[in-house]
Amino acid sequence: MDRAFKALADPSRRELLDALYRENGQTLGALCAHLDMTRQAVSKHLAVLEEANLVASVWRGREKLHYLNPVPIADIAERWIGKFERQRLRALRDLKSVLEEDTSDE
Amino acid sequence: MSKPSFVYVTYIVTTPNKLFNALIDPEMTRRYWANHRNLSDWHVGSAWRHEDYDDANEVDIEGTVLETDPPRRLVVSWASPGEAGDPAKCSRVSFDLEPLDKSVRLTVTHDDLEPDSERLRSITFGWPAVLSSLKTFLETGDVVPNIWAADPAANA
Repeated sequence: MDRAFKALADPSRRELLDALYRENGQTLGALCAHLDMTRQAVSKHLAVLEEANLVASVWRGREKLHYLNPVPIADIAERWIGKFERQRLRALRDLKSVLEEDTSDE
Repeated sequence: MSKPSFVYVTYIVTTPNKLFNALIDPEMTRRYWANHRNLSDWHVGSAWRHEDYDDANEVDIEGTVLETDPPRRLVVSWASPGEAGDPAKCSRVSFDLEPLDKSVRLTVTHDDLEPDSERLRSITFGWPAVLSSLKTFLETGDVVPNIWAADPAANA
């Protein structure tokens, strides 16, 4: 679990996970094309994410495809979020998204 | 070979035999998979189904056993009830078990999913919760009471 928290502590790595959330199973090249990071930086961050098991990779021929693996995040949630809290937390999350989408003052 | 839709990986401190059995034994699946059981004779070509443990009329998923190599690999087709005969409506789930030093690496690959389908939505939510619950169950014996409690659709 230490590795997952360390990996998630970096904004560039979270951005990489966002990119995989939008489109799962991307190659290094495809990820670089959409992000404002050098190929070397993306490659380094992907290695940290793979080490933390937040990214799973699969070889398809000569292509290495990267997949978002949210299982360690589910493990974190399962450890600290009790079954009765989930409903209330969802209500708060929904409230937050509604309020943040609404930029008027009324 | 088409590109897999989802690849999920978890490391569980257990043995390949125990983990393989946990995927197919109705008494085991009940404990970590929201009181559901997986039923089949688990021979290649046989039907399998995922149903409510207490109500066999509540079948959630049906399919065919496509490959089996215990305790290393299990591949099944995956469809809504009544649609298992239509290849266009079937997706495919592979479970790969790889023994490590003291644990087993379990990779679940879900292929051939229709984009933007309801099935796609439920899987995005479902597998991480099922796999976390499976890990907790095998490592501690604890049962996660209701893994779908966080699913917005299940509580709508």
